[in-house]
Amino acid sequence: MDSKQISSSEELNTNVESKKRKLVVPGEVIVSGDDYLPGEGARRDGKDVVAGRFGLAEELGRVVKVLAITGAFIPKRGNVVIGRVVDITFSGWLIDIDYAGSGFLPLDESPRFVSKSDMDQFLAIGDIVVAKIWAVKSKGIDLSLQGGKGLGKLEGGFVFRVPPARVPRVIGREGSMVAMIKEKTGCTVTVGQNGWVWLKGPTVDAEIKARKVIEFVADNVQLEGLTEKAEEMLG
Amino acid sequence: MSSMAISNQTIESFKKMFSEGKRFDGRSLTDSRELKIEYNVSNKAEGSARVKLGKTEVVAGIKLQVGAPYPDSPNKGNLMVSGDLLPIASPRVEMGPPQFTAIEIPRLVDRAIRESSMIHLDKLVITPGEKVWTVIIDIYPINDDGNLIDAATIAATAALHNAKLPALDENGKIDYHAPSTGKLPLREGIAPITVSFFKLGNSIIIDPTREEEEACDVRVSWGVSIWNGKHVINSCQKSGAEIFSASELEHMMKILPNKFNELSEKLKSYL
Repeated sequence: MDSKQISSSEELNTNVESKKRKLVVPGEVIVSGDDYLPGEGARRDGKDVVAGRFGLAEELGRVVKVLAITGAFIPKRGNVVIGRVVDITFSGWLIDIDYAGSGFLPLDESPRFVSKSDMDQFLAIGDIVVAKIWAVKSKGIDLSLQGGKGLGKLEGGFVFRVPPARVPRVIGREGSMVAMIKEKTGCTVTVGQNGWVWLKGPTVDAEIKARKVIEFVADNVQLEGLTEKAEEMLG
Repeated sequence: MSSMAISNQTIESFKKMFSEGKRFDGRSLTDSRELKIEYNVSNKAEGSARVKLGKTEVVAGIKLQVGAPYPDSPNKGNLMVSGDLLPIASPRVEMGPPQFTAIEIPRLVDRAIRESSMIHLDKLVITPGEKVWTVIIDIYPINDDGNLIDAATIAATAALHNAKLPALDENGKIDYHAPSTGKLPLREGIAPITVSFFKLGNSIIIDPTREEEEACDVRVSWGVSIWNGKHVINSCQKSGAEIFSASELEHMMKILPNKFNELSEKLKSYL
C-alpha cells in the first residue's frame, strides 16, 4: 500500500513552521493573549487558550491546536481502514473496524464478480480487508474497495493494534516513518486510520522487529527525535 | 460492536512463529513473563495480594467470617472462592451476567487450593458442628493480558499467606478493633500454583498474552503443589475443541515440575 496516500489527508502535513510541541492535559493554559486563535482540541477561556483534550499542543502561527494522543477512532469519509470480516449477509460483508457501529462492504464493491452463493471464496469470516470509508451514516458505515491503491483482501501477515490517535505519528511526515521501517526490515506495512496495522515480512525475525518499532513509536509519540530513535532500534 | 476477535491471517502467522519457536516479546515458547507480587493492597481484607504477570494483573483478597459449617463437614472450616471478570479488565467483557470464563476462573482456583490441602480446614473450627471460620477468596482481574488463571492462583496463594485471623469478642463475633490473634492455619511448604499449557497447531506454549491465547485452539490447566517432597497434580481442566496427544502430555509433564519450581521460587521470594 502507498503510505503517502494515507498520510496526505493527515494534519501533520503543514508548511507553517511550528514551535516545539508541549504535552498538555485538559484545562491547562497553553498560551495567553488575544492574538491567538483556538484550533482543534483547544478553546478560549477569557484571555487564555486552554486545552480541551490530552495531547500535544502546537502553535501554527496564530492558531493553537491540540493533537490528541488518546481517544477512540472516529470514522471520516475517505479514511482507509483495516477491518475484519465478522458476518456475511445476502448483499455484502459486515466488517468490524473497531468502531461502535459496524462497517458494511456491499457485494457490488468487490473488484471482480463474486457469486452470491460463494461469497466466502472472496472474503471469509475472520479475513482482514483494507477498505476506504465511503460514507458515515447513522445506521452504519459504508465501505468501498474502489478508488485507491492497495484496497482489498490482505493475504498472509498479521494484524495488531495501536491507539488510533497515534496513527499519524506511526505513519510519520509524508509517510517517512513507515517508509523507513519498510526499507530497513523489508516488511510490507499497512496502517489503517482505525489503528490496525497489518505487517508481513520476509522472515519471522523481521516481522517481530518491525512490530516492536511500531509499538515503540506508538508508545512514545511525545518524544523528540522519534524518527532517529526508531532508526537506532532498527540498527 | 467491536468483537475484537482474532483474524485468520494472524492465527496463521502465530502458527508459523510458534513452529519456529519464536514469540513477539522475545520469550521462548515455555518462558513465563515477569512475576511481581505486592501485599496488603486492601486495608479492609484480612489478607490481600496484587500479582502482575507481565501486563496481566490480578488482585486477590481474603475475608474471614464466622459461620455454620456445611452439614457434610461439621468439623471443618469453609472455603469459598468467588470472582468475576469486570469491564475494567478487558474491552472484551461487558457488564451483565458472568460469562463462561468468569465462572471458570474462581472454580479452577478453588480446586487448585482446596485439593492441595494448603489450608488446615480442621483448625478453623470454633465450636465443632456449630461455628467455624469461612475463608472467602475474592479474585479481581484488573487487567487481562492473557493467562488469568495462572495469575489468579498465584494471587490467591499469596493472599492466603498474607492473611491474619481476626480476634473474637466474648459473644463470638469478630472484633475488628482488637489486635489479630494469629495467622491463618496453613500447612508448611504447600503453595499451589496452576500452570496452563496452550496449543496452537503443533506447538505448546506457556503464559500466553491475550492475542496468543485467542489464537490458541485448546488449553489445559494443571493445579500443582508439593506433598511429601514430591510434585502432585491436584486438579486439571481442559477446555477447547482440539485434542492433546499422549506425547504432548508427556512433553508437558517434563516441563511442569521445572515450571512449578521456577514459579514457586519467585513466589517464595515474596512470602
